[in-house]
Amino acid sequence: MEQLIQQVASGLANGAIYACLALALVMIFVSTDHINFAQGELAMFSAFLCWQFMDWGLTFWLALPVVAFISFLVGVSVERVILRPLHNAPVLSIVVVFIGLLAIFHSMAGSIWGHTIKQFPSPFPNVHFAGSGYIGPHQIGMVVVTLLLLLALFAFFRYTPIGLAMRAAAQNPVSARLVGIRVDMMLALGWGLAAAVGAVAGALVAPVVFLEPNMMASILLYGFAGALVGGISSPGGAVAGGFIVGILENLVAYFGNLLEKSTGIYVVGNGEKLMVALIIVITVLTLKPSGLFGHVTVKRV
Amino acid sequence: MGAAKSGRRIGLWLLLLILLVAPIAGSKLGLISNFMVLQLSLMIVYAIAVLGLNLLTGYNGQISLGHGAFFAIGAYVAAVLIDRYDLPWWSTLPIAAASCFVAGYLFGLPALRLEGHYLALATFALAIAVPQILKYRHLENLTGGVQGINLIKPDAPFGLPLNSDQWMYVVVFVVAVFMFWVARNLLDSRIGRSLMAIRDHAMAASTMGINIAQTKAITFGISALYVGVAGALHAIIFEFVAPDSFRIDVSISLLVGMVVGGVASLFGSVLGGVFVQVIEKYADAGARLLSQSLHLPIDIEPWTIYGIALILLVYVMPTGIAGGLAALWGRIRRRSGN
Repeated sequence: MEQLIQQVASGLANGAIYACLALALVMIFVSTDHINFAQGELAMFSAFLCWQFMDWGLTFWLALPVVAFISFLVGVSVERVILRPLHNAPVLSIVVVFIGLLAIFHSMAGSIWGHTIKQFPSPFPNVHFAGSGYIGPHQIGMVVVTLLLLLALFAFFRYTPIGLAMRAAAQNPVSARLVGIRVDMMLALGWGLAAAVGAVAGALVAPVVFLEPNMMASILLYGFAGALVGGISSPGGAVAGGFIVGILENLVAYFGNLLEKSTGIYVVGNGEKLMVALIIVITVLTLKPSGLFGHVTVKRV
Repeated sequence: MGAAKSGRRIGLWLLLLILLVAPIAGSKLGLISNFMVLQLSLMIVYAIAVLGLNLLTGYNGQISLGHGAFFAIGAYVAAVLIDRYDLPWWSTLPIAAASCFVAGYLFGLPALRLEGHYLALATFALAIAVPQILKYRHLENLTGGVQGINLIKPDAPFGLPLNSDQWMYVVVFVVAVFMFWVARNLLDSRIGRSLMAIRDHAMAASTMGINIAQTKAITFGISALYVGVAGALHAIIFEFVAPDSFRIDVSISLLVGMVVGGVASLFGSVLGGVFVQVIEKYADAGARLLSQSLHLPIDIEPWTIYGIALILLVYVMPTGIAGGLAALWGRIRRRSGN
């Protein structure tokens, strides 16, 4: 039982990261209908930037906002410079551009910082507290920071004029333009915010998975799974989906181990986590593409 | 017209003959090394794989970012059959083809419900998960787990005066010519036209009586078959398979090859195969040279070139090198005609 609680708790912690990435993916998807395959590599690049600033002597809590802001600018410029001219391009061109971005960010991180694994110190103090047998301080920290970030984003979209304008631009670009909202600007802003959220996710997960150019590939896959489970058209759903997938991932491994112990038959364990994500992705896409909380899109023919 | 057509056909046969004989002769005369012969074989192998992806993505409009998975299946089927079951190498090619057709068809069935971005997403997930699938514990007896499988390159039969690299070049070349010939005829047939009709306007195609679901699933199977044969050939001439050589890089290489060579073009697939192997082999050296000559403080990596090439091509030459050459040729002809 104790193990089960531990697994759920650490699932929640991983889920926080998946939730951030899923949210970043959804923010881009709802406004542009694009799936950002480079989201993970962008986050990885930001994590490296954060490490670099810390190496230069900044503390984590100073470096993080700086990096988030730089990532925001990178996101805005990627949208404006590279994706904007392809507004009406066929899907294949868009996908190819994203794969190109993925390749560039991946290899640039390798060129600049090398491929050896780097230690990324946890920014959270190593203290004992009630329940610290179940969950480590860094894991608690990940969940708390994620929840604060999500709360801030929610408040931003719900209560600020820019947030309202961004929602309008995503939901109905034509009407939004008619009431004087600069839809183009809003799309770029959405991209920038998504990159910033991804940056926070990358910097938070770096102490767990260690810093190297491949660190985000599997995490991105879970981010996709989370976004799909929650519904790729629903920001709140994506967050919930991220947490669900994080817990599910650990539970599957846990029950797989249990099964092996009791019957001696190995079906699934830690080595198959990506397969679990793949199965989630394909199952959701084929059986319920709108996810748990998304709305069904109706296509006019 | 008839004379021109048969003349062109003779020209094509001559060209093929030269392409087949020249490297062998060059290698016999000591002009090119066995290593170069192997590189040429690998280019042809990748050309087959890029053609496979092109059949699905270029001609049928189903975007796959996960064809490395079928490449891996083909490679592993060949390697396991040769290593564990002592089958002769040539018999593994049809078996790899059949297994990949089935695998592709089965993956194509759920993919029927997916379009555009969603299909790209599902196949992207597949590509990321491939190494873990290959390391699955119950398959370890067959696949050798993380260690992979070592093979030995087959020697030429019947006492032919060829070393194994030269012999495999002949084999790969003949297989490739056969598969391109089949693909050309397939595309020129009823099936091929329905493929393109579905890509261009699915609903119009279905009102014309094309069974969209079946055509798409079969295309997925055929596409996987091509990539699988390429994978099997790769395993045989490269003499090694391991899970970590089938990371997402393979899928991305095939996509790059298709986009650079030419989407929906047979000639473009050949160019794409050449490009993939050249970049894989020489980009490291080329990138180092580039960063030195530009006095950059960092070493550029091959993937940076991949990425920039991809994005530039989408803007400048969306039809790839083959399409660009065709447009150029058309312009020259028009100008000389006037």
